[in-house]
This record gives sequence, C-alpha cells and structure tokens, in this order.
Amino acid sequence: MTVELLAPEGWLTVCELSALTPGRGVAVLLPDGSQAAVFLTRSGSAYAIDNRDPFTGAAVLSRGLIGCADGRPFVASPLLKQRFDLGSGRCLDDGEAAVRTYPVRTAVTSAAVA
Amino acid sequence: MAAATPTPTPAIVLIGHGMVGQRYLEALAERGATATHRITVLCEEPRPAYDRVHLTSYFSGSTPEDLSLTPAGFMEQHGIELHLGDPAESIDRDARTVTSRSGRVIPYDVLVLATGSQPFVPPVPGKDAPGCFVYRTIEDLLAIEDYARTRTSGAVVGGGLLGLEAAGALSGLGLATRVVEFAPRLMPVQVDEGGGAALLRTVESMGLTVHTGVGTQEVLTGSDGSVTGMRLSDGSTVDADLVVFSAGVRPRDHLARASGLTVGERGGIGVDARCRTSDPRVYAIGECALAVDGRVYGLVGPGYEMAETAAEDLLGRDKEFTGADLSTKLKLLGVDVASFGDAHGTAPDSLDVVYSDSRSGVYKKLVVSPAGVLLGGVLVGDAEAYGLLRPLTGSVPPVSPDRLVLPAGLGAPVALGPSALPDSAVICSCHNVTKKEITACATLPEVKRCTKAGTGCGSCVKTIGLLLPAATDRGLCGCFPFTRAELYEIVRTRRLTSFEQLLDGHGREKARGGNGCEVCKPTVGSIIASLAPTLGASGYVLDGEQAALQDTNDHFLANLQRNGSYSVVPRIPGGEITPDKLIVIGEVARDFGLYTKITGGQRIDLFGAGVDQLPQIWARLVEAGFESGHAYGKALRTVKSCVGRSWCRYGVQDSVRMAIDLELRYRGLRAPHKLKSAVSGCARECAEAQSKDFGVIATAQGWNLYVGGNGGASPRHADLLAQDLSDAELVRLIDRFLMFYIRTADRLERTSTWLDRLEGGLDHLREVIVYDSLGLCAELEALMADHVAHYRDEWAETLRDPERLRRFVSFVNAPGAPDPTVKFVPERDQVKPDLAVLDIRPLEAVGGTR
Repeated sequence: MTVELLAPEGWLTVCELSALTPGRGVAVLLPDGSQAAVFLTRSGSAYAIDNRDPFTGAAVLSRGLIGCADGRPFVASPLLKQRFDLGSGRCLDDGEAAVRTYPVRTAVTSAAVA
Repeated sequence: MAAATPTPTPAIVLIGHGMVGQRYLEALAERGATATHRITVLCEEPRPAYDRVHLTSYFSGSTPEDLSLTPAGFMEQHGIELHLGDPAESIDRDARTVTSRSGRVIPYDVLVLATGSQPFVPPVPGKDAPGCFVYRTIEDLLAIEDYARTRTSGAVVGGGLLGLEAAGALSGLGLATRVVEFAPRLMPVQVDEGGGAALLRTVESMGLTVHTGVGTQEVLTGSDGSVTGMRLSDGSTVDADLVVFSAGVRPRDHLARASGLTVGERGGIGVDARCRTSDPRVYAIGECALAVDGRVYGLVGPGYEMAETAAEDLLGRDKEFTGADLSTKLKLLGVDVASFGDAHGTAPDSLDVVYSDSRSGVYKKLVVSPAGVLLGGVLVGDAEAYGLLRPLTGSVPPVSPDRLVLPAGLGAPVALGPSALPDSAVICSCHNVTKKEITACATLPEVKRCTKAGTGCGSCVKTIGLLLPAATDRGLCGCFPFTRAELYEIVRTRRLTSFEQLLDGHGREKARGGNGCEVCKPTVGSIIASLAPTLGASGYVLDGEQAALQDTNDHFLANLQRNGSYSVVPRIPGGEITPDKLIVIGEVARDFGLYTKITGGQRIDLFGAGVDQLPQIWARLVEAGFESGHAYGKALRTVKSCVGRSWCRYGVQDSVRMAIDLELRYRGLRAPHKLKSAVSGCARECAEAQSKDFGVIATAQGWNLYVGGNGGASPRHADLLAQDLSDAELVRLIDRFLMFYIRTADRLERTSTWLDRLEGGLDHLREVIVYDSLGLCAELEALMADHVAHYRDEWAETLRDPERLRRFVSFVNAPGAPDPTVKFVPERDQVKPDLAVLDIRPLEAVGGTR
C-alpha cells in the first residue's frame, strides 16, 4: 500500500505506507522543487501540508511533533514551536499565518482521507 | 517658587543618571510631566542608568546591556535630552544655570540632584597606587577584571555588604582573596555578633581569608610602584596584587556645597519631607540627600520613594518622605543574609529568640518586645522566612517566635503562610506595595506592571507568588491532569513502557486515544528513557513507539539550527582531548564543510550538517573513538574541568580525572532538562563549578559538592551540599542527587528552579539524600547503577542498524537528494546559513509564541 499526494502536476507516489511512523512526518520533494510534509497519526490517517515553516522560512515542519488540540491533529514546528492544524493548515498560535495543505490518499483504497 | 514665574515649558535639569535618577524620569513620564517640561539629564558615566544593586552579576555573565535600567527608546519617546560622560561642574543658583564639564550652560526652572554617593577611601599611604580600586561602577569592574588577569591575589578593605560583594567578585576572578574589616565582625551594620560568626564560617569555607578587628594602615608597593600588599593595624602585613576599597560610601554633595545649599554636618544635601533642598527650586533625591529624619539612605528602595516624592511635589501633589525601612535581604557569596526592623535589639527591654546551627552556617535571631511584638531580626544562611517576617514586624505574630526560627522538621512545621499577613502589610518595600494591592492582581506579570512590586531588589517575588491565586490545574498539558513527577511515579510503579498505555489509562478523558501533544510526548519519552533499564524497556530512545515521542533533536541525534541544518557535538569528557582526536574533528569538519566553534562546555560544535550527512559524519567520528555528546538531549551535557593538580601549581586534586569519571558515569542519562557539571581542582574555581547543576570543588581533604547552580538567563550560585567527600562518597551523593531530581522535578525544570521550589529547600534535600530521611537512597542508587550498566552509545548503535539509518534522508521519495533550502554563504573563512534562500521575515517579527 502506497501513500499518494495530489500535487499540481497530479497524484504523486510518496512512499510505502509502512515507511511512515505513526506520530511523525517525512519530507517529500515535489516536481516543482517545493516540499511537502506528510504525517501519519496514531489512528492511521495521513495528512500533507507545506514543509516550509512560514515563521523561519526553513523546510522543517515534517520534523515537528504531532499532537491533538480539541480532537484535531496538529504539528508543532521544531524551530519556534508554532502549531499548525494538519487538516486546514491554519496556525493555531497566530491568526495571520497558515500553510497550504495537499490531499493525500493511500493507493489501494484510492480514498482521499484529507 | 517655580509656579510664581510661569514659563511656557518649564525646564527641568537632572544631575545624575543612576538608578534613582532614572526612577525620577519614569515617575515624571508616568504622570505625563515629560510632555509639559523640557528635561535635560547630565550623566557622568559613559552609559545610561543601570542596575547597580546587581553589579556583581556582571562577573557571573550579565552583560552591561543586561544590567541596563533604561528601556530602549525611553529618552527619545519622552523627549528627554541625555548627555552621557558630561557631568555637571557647577550650579549658578542666581542665574539658574548648570554648567557641564564640556561647557554646556543649561538654564533650569527646577533642578534635581541625584548625584548618588562615592566610595570612601581611607587616607592611607599608597591608596592611589596602581592596583588600588573602588567598587562602584561598571567601569570599576572592567578595570578590576582587566588588572586581575595577570594577578593571583587580592584584598578587599571593608567587610560590609559591598565589601563581600567585591570579595566574591575577586574570588570569582580566580584571585586568592582576603577581606579586612575594621569592626569585630563581617557586615557589622546589618547583622549581630552571632550572625557575623555564621557568616564568617561560611565565607571562610569558600576559601576566602577574613581579618576582623583590624584596620588598614598602608598599601605596600613594589619597585614599579604598583600594589604588592597591605600593612594592617596589628602590625602584620599581607600579600595582595590588588586592593579594592569598599569601606562605605559618602554622599556626593560637592555641587550643592559649592553652590551654597545647606549640607549636613557629616555630609548629605539637607532636604525637607518633600525632598526640597534649602533652595525650593532644587530637589535632592537618593543617596546624596540627607532626609528629614537625619539619615542618608544608601538603599535603592528609599531612593525610589524620594524620586516619587519629588515628582509628585513638582506637580503640586502631596507626598512626603520622612524615613524608610532599612530591611535588606540579599545573597552574598551564595549566602542568604537578611536583616529587618530593629535588628540589633536597641529598643529598651527587647528580647531575643535565637537559633544557631554552626554546622550548616545558619543563624536566625528575632527581636521581640516583652508583649510579644516582633521588632526585627537577623537571618543568615537561611533567609527563607524574610518575606513573611518583615511584613509582620510591628505586630504580634500568629505563632510563637521560637517556631518562626526553627527549621522545618524540627518541632512542628509552622503553617504560617502569607495568608496570615494583614492586608496592610508592605510586601515590596522597594516600591511600598501592600498585600491588598498585590492580591488585587491575578498574575505576577500583572503585579509587576500594575504595582511595580517585585521589580526593585526582587526579594519579595517569592512571597508575591504565594499570595496570588494558585493555578487550579497543575496538569502537565491538555492531555494529562498530572505533573511530570506524578507521571514518573505512575510509569515507575505501573511499569509502563508505552506512551499510548499511559495516555489511554491515565490521560484526561478527552485526550485518551489521541495523539498526545508536543509537551507531553517528549516528557514521557524522557521518563521512559530514564527508567528504561529498570523497566526492562529498550534503552535506545528511537526504538518503536519511543521514536514518535522525541523532539526533532533527539529524533536525529543532532541539534536543529535555524535553516534546517544540524550541528554535531562529539563527547570530549572533561574537555580532555588527544591531538589525534582533535585532528580527526578538524578533518571531518573540513571534509564536510562544517562551521566549527568551541562551546562553553569545553567541546567543539560542528554546524551545517544536512540530515543525510549525519550518518557519514558520525561513521568517521565513531571510528576515531568518539561517542555522542548528547548535546541534542535533555541529558548530561558536559563535565567541565580545570587542569588540576597534575599541571597547575595551585591544584590540590586531580580535577580532570574526576571530571572524566563523572562524565562517563552519567553520559546518556535522560533528565527533565539538560544537566551541566564542572570540577575545579582548587578553591580558585576556574571550572566555574558553582554555576552548574552539580559542581565539584577540590579541597585539601577531598571534594566539596555544590548543587543547583545555573548560568544562562537566571543565574544562580550552587549551594554547598556536602564537604570534604572521598571519591566514593562524592559519586554516591551525586547518584542520589540526580535520581532524586529526575524523579521529582517538573518538565523543563533545571535543578536550580527545582531546588528553589523544593519544599524545605536545601535542608530538605540534604535530609533526603545525605541522611536518607525518606529511606529512598538505596533505590536511587540502584536506579543509577542500572543506568550505568546499560549505557550504550546512541550513534554507534544507530550506525550498526540499517533500519535505524533509514530516517536520515532529506526526502522520503528522493533518498540521496539534499535539501535545496539548506545553503551556505562564506563568513570569516567559514560558512553560515544562507538566509536569502529561506525568504524570511526579519527575525524581530517572528519570536516563539508559546
């Protein structure tokens, strides 16, 4: 079973689902040279957001820790700890900031889970 | 009177920009008076007002900027003209002008003198020789520091408050230091004979030499004219390469005197209750003023009150300064000293209640009236009760005085909280703030903002904390209702090895089954790692579910830097390294293009490694015999050392060997926060052990162990836990200390804050880990023995296992491709991150939010 991400160029195979660790993320190089961060939560749902931390410019969000706030998963930037909602990309600590999100699916079911 | 000759914008000239001068400007600004007056300030020193009370902290790492009391932009914002390095030279009261050294002639409608005081230098021969200093300004400190660089011994004339500060500073600079005090005891103004004796023992135990009851007769000089020692009044001579005069201060009243203002017989510009001098257009405030009660106040609290009084009077409001409380609490050479009220029992019929423990250098005396009214007291070595006792002065305490001086554990514990204080009790004596005003606020920042309480000397901050409503939920985060210490106990007793088990079984209802959060995951990861050998869990922090709990630094066993690259710190135990290993580090850095920097912990930090380079870098380092330095972990970092007895002519023990032993013993130990240590080979303390979580200083008989020290943003001198220990005793005590800390500390709580928070403080800690009052010691030692037996180098383990190496790629879909946003530009023959690639907002606009 593979994880796929919908880039502007179409669905892109990211990796085997088994390569993801629940609770952590990986970085993905997109065809246009930009980067996405793909996460797997404890319940097995995959999410993808921009890998670039808008507060520092560094491509590090894939290395943040995942948590839950009011039942919704978020990632905390490993640099200055701002949290981003994995579903919407909104920053939970700064109303002005947000990152883009990408639809993700696992190839066997072909069902978008985010 | 100023009001009689109206001017469109009356001019105020302030002479002196010290702490009190700045407070006066702030008082004007708060009252809107900076908008209606033209204000000019003449300042003799080359820098704006700074915190003279904490001057000595310069030697423990505070920069002149840290000490500054003048907020950036304050002068500009309020239209105040400040002339630095340009003192007033004369006052012409008829023409109403002040002339400065540079020749400025500044007219005034109102003149404020805040000229402070100058150190008193006794008129002894040689007092002006090169090597003689006073201790008053940052410039004095810089000069002392510079001169001390090539010297080995120093003497301080004066064993009062400032003298001991200066002695601590000299000792901190590595000089063999002696203190000469004319009075029969140290700090004669503040403490009585018993307190002085307790202080003396403690000061001597720190390696300082103290002469009391003798005066200085002459400063001796060598053939080049510089200081070589002193002749004392008992005829003896002592060696000293430099001498600091700290024998009291005198009000700087020369300008007032020369311009014909009334000056006290023994100095000080005479002022009335509204801080006006004999010329109603001229005010004098702070240490230069002789208050209406006939005293000159050398403390900052009364100075601030005079500043407020003068500001109120300028605006025609009623406020008087008629005298102030001389209570003080301070930490000198790491010893708490406090005195309040009638400390010397001068009131007729006053009675004493005394507790004295010369073993631990604790002395407490309360002065009470026959009717039981608390009149004052002296506390040395343990001034914890000061915050409660001082406000109780003048009333009958709710419990008998003997129970107020006995240490916790002896007799019934006193349940005397700040709740026992009346609403009118003054909690902050610097800003004269009562309990009622403080309890109207909800948080400490609010208290500081609204009342200024806690922003002067800071001694009341702890009491304020006790007065504020306790946070009702002490839980670690939104996921757990327990503190870190409670979670530790749950993990230990239930033998849990999984975060999910803990969250689902013990988390808050709404968090169960969820992901946890960025706060609890690393905390629980650390607890499980600390207990792993005992629980039978994997000691490798990145195995299985543990991998998901670690912060990014632990996850990649390296330190994340601002552009997403990592830094690498190999362990260099005790800071000792062979030339061959040094060359390997150099070669690795060169081959991978890494920026290299020596750290404060006697190691070498290699910056700029990409995620994918980390295993290659470490393969080289491990092959050369290096291990992980755990710079990325909440774990033991380094044990610094001085070179010790093997080489140093002063060393009394082999500090390097001990530092290496300790570093190897505790390497890899996961803790609530990072742990730093140092070992000094003699009392000169070149390894700065007293600023460490656990510090060791050699004595002729063995080792002294200090705990709870810290540098960084909130420096704290470590407390002496035990003396003259053998090697084995030392190691056993540190084993217990560390495991007790790991067991009971809060998340991200350094040993310094933990010790300050620990109920019963150092005494309690000593009871538990030295005298085993809780019967815990065997267990603590067993936990450490498990840790030592199961230690493995994380990087060697990682390199051995291809599964573990899989994570070290920049992109999961393009292994081998480096991250294009990690780029570097040259700087000073090395590299630094290229921030242009990152396209960021200026750093000021960022800042952490949580």
